[in-house]
Amino acid sequence: MPYKILDKARLNSVTSKIVIEAPYIARNARPGQFVVIHIDEKGERIPLTINDSNPKDGAITIIFQGVGRTTCRLAALKKGGFVQDVLGPLGKAADFGRAGRVIFIAGGVGIAEILPVARYARANNNIVTAVTGARTKELLILEDEMRGASDRLFIVTDDGSRGARGVVTGPLKELLDKEAFDLAYCVGPDIMMKFACGLTKQYNLKTLVSLDANMVDATGMCATCRVKVGGEVKFTCVDGPEFDGHLIDWDEFMKRQKRFVALEKRAMEYHGHKCRMPG
Amino acid sequence: MREQKPKERIRNFNEVALGLTEEEAVAEAKRCLECKRAACIGGCPVEIDIPAFIKLISEKDFQGALDKIREKNSLPAVCGRVCPQEDQCEKVCILAKKKEPINIGALERFAADWALEHKVAKYELRTPNSERRNARVAIIGSGPAGLTCAGELAKMGYGVTVFESLHSSGGVLVYGIPEFRLPKGIVESEVDYLRGLGVEIALNVLIGRTRTLDELRKAGFGAFFIGIGAGLPYFLGVEGEMLNGIYSANEFLTRVNLMKAYLFPEHDTPVKVGEKVGVIGAGNVAMDAARSARRLGADEVSIIYRRTEMEMPARIEEIERAKEEGIRFELLTNPTGFFGDADGWVREAECVRNRLGEPDSSLRRRPVPIAGSRFKMALDTVICAIGQGPNPLLPRTLPDLKLDEDGNIIVDKLGMTSIEGVFAGGDIVTGAATVIAAMGAGRRAAAAIDVYLTQQA
Ligand SMILES: Cc1cc2nc3c(=O)[nH]c(=O)nc-3n(C[C@H](O)[C@H](O)[C@H](O)COP(=O)(O)OP(=O)(O)OC[C@H]3O[C@@H](n4cnc5c(N)ncnc54)[C@H](O)[C@@H]3O)c2cc1C
Ligand code: FES
Repeated sequence: MPYKILDKARLNSVTSKIVIEAPYIARNARPGQFVVIHIDEKGERIPLTINDSNPKDGAITIIFQGVGRTTCRLAALKKGGFVQDVLGPLGKAADFGRAGRVIFIAGGVGIAEILPVARYARANNNIVTAVTGARTKELLILEDEMRGASDRLFIVTDDGSRGARGVVTGPLKELLDKEAFDLAYCVGPDIMMKFACGLTKQYNLKTLVSLDANMVDATGMCATCRVKVGGEVKFTCVDGPEFDGHLIDWDEFMKRQKRFVALEKRAMEYHGHKCRMPG
Repeated sequence: MREQKPKERIRNFNEVALGLTEEEAVAEAKRCLECKRAACIGGCPVEIDIPAFIKLISEKDFQGALDKIREKNSLPAVCGRVCPQEDQCEKVCILAKKKEPINIGALERFAADWALEHKVAKYELRTPNSERRNARVAIIGSGPAGLTCAGELAKMGYGVTVFESLHSSGGVLVYGIPEFRLPKGIVESEVDYLRGLGVEIALNVLIGRTRTLDELRKAGFGAFFIGIGAGLPYFLGVEGEMLNGIYSANEFLTRVNLMKAYLFPEHDTPVKVGEKVGVIGAGNVAMDAARSARRLGADEVSIIYRRTEMEMPARIEEIERAKEEGIRFELLTNPTGFFGDADGWVREAECVRNRLGEPDSSLRRRPVPIAGSRFKMALDTVICAIGQGPNPLLPRTLPDLKLDEDGNIIVDKLGMTSIEGVFAGGDIVTGAATVIAAMGAGRRAAAAIDVYLTQQA
């Protein structure tokens, strides 16, 4: 039974949003969880965070950047089209409850991943501060939604075309110097999470991250998603994707993330770089 | 049996064993002595009436032969290929004492393949009993245990839905055992046969996450069978196992089989195989991984095993085929750590040599490291095939489900778990075992579920 694409929109030149009909997933999905999408028989299984779920319509929303072969193929699908398989909701949901003052830090498409957790934080009576960033104004997504989900929102872009000029760790450091927080939640490129965690560690601020590890089954069966957390081997798909960022062996994790890069490049070449982003 | 020649077959993923022709099958069947007290039946975990089906083959009643097998075994095309007959029915064949035992596996496969080729599908449906017709059974996991249980219940007239988390049904038969040993088309045909019996198959449903057992109960399912297999891969627990190029056998085989990485880049899932591959372990899983790596172009593939050939758990046939394909065997050898380069890719294994000591709890002689035998072995790919355990995901959602110390589900004589109406069988109960054992458990549970639901009605 294929899964229908109920809606499809383009958020900017690299980011798309699709709404997929998946009633059981929509009913049970919690903030922080993800799905695995397998477009067709020849496709890969890739994990994507559930950005929003609507049990009434039986629909889930996914926001992603067309960067690899599969995300580019996804971006090319149209409203009314289908994907063959969607499995979920997977992974542990956010469960920090009422922590107090929570600061969210997100970069790029990571903003789409923190949004549901920021909403969860608000619903649990936390005071929510958010710092979001992108390379440039055009790539900054979900500004209004983030504003709605937080008490305060700070924006940065690499080129200063929107908000302050700089990277997320800039405002983060300023805030940490001035104020006390009870919890940080950070999602973005691996290198950004590594640096943000390095910073919050100096302030002894517990920091949760959501890892975007390479996966296959996402049910705990293959171990490709393993990551060392506090010296212990964990499976991102079932033990995560949320982990204590101060306990992650970031250098090892980032090396592991490069395992299939060369082959992925070969696949893109083989298929003639067919990454287009139609509306 | 005819086979693809080693030189050819290491370049493709097509089936190695090519099956018997009609003439060969009939001739082989005619060798059967039709023993009155046939030992082979006792040697078969599901007690197929072996002399009866062989006699039907000798009389060229191939459909009759298949029907006879199907009375006890719902996956004959699969079992004919992957059962360890040499330890079961063929081991006790009276002819084994003098010369060659009857090639029972090949005959079972022949009957099943004959029907597939001639597109014969005969569904034997028992008329649904009016009292039971409304009872619905949920099967969790579509491996041999789940599929067998589903088929048996459907034949009795129950409404059956199989829930499977992956995007294909068959369990290990589709994600683990390679195409060259068990073509996926065969598994699909067997699953189609079950669909013909009225079994519904719901893919992409991870019970415990997508839907819960409680939800299924509320949705009207009256009994459950858990056949979720032994899906959790074990590692050695030595230094360096996080290095790039080190796979669990589950990952490696899932990429290759389920995701068809051997057709990369036409298929999108990659698998990276280097020049020197070390496979740790010597069971069927290890042989499958080693032979797959060879087919993916590795120059040198070694099985690294801590005991000797005598103790290797893999089927003899598979060990022989691995040898023919140029797989090397580093026996009495145990890796103690892995070392990599600056980018995090594995480059070598540190190993010790063993000698055999006293027998351990598995009754196999325990490997004892030889002092001062430490050495390095250059490797750029490592596949860890030292075993699998129970995946805790579903059990964790069921606090009342009793588990043993390894995390396997505990069942009573009838296959019922500590939760009423919830049965279990296959690898999740016994630990990693065999296809036929899982099927046997599925069959017995189906009978027990029938009794249970009849009492409830
Ligand atoms: C590589 C390999 C080679 C083998 N070779 C042989 C051989 O030659 N001969 C032989 O007899 N045996 C062999 N075996 C062993 C044999 O395959 C297993 O013993 C048998 O498949 C066990 O069957 P099962 O039904 O218990 O579980 P499995 O076949 O493991 O099936 C379990 C299924 O349940 C699904 N599942 C798990 N959790 C959930 C959940 N929560 N919700 C929904 N679905 C779920 C899984 O995705 C899987 O599809 C081999 C095993 C492997 C791994
Ligand atoms: S993706 Fe396979 S175990 Fe996590």
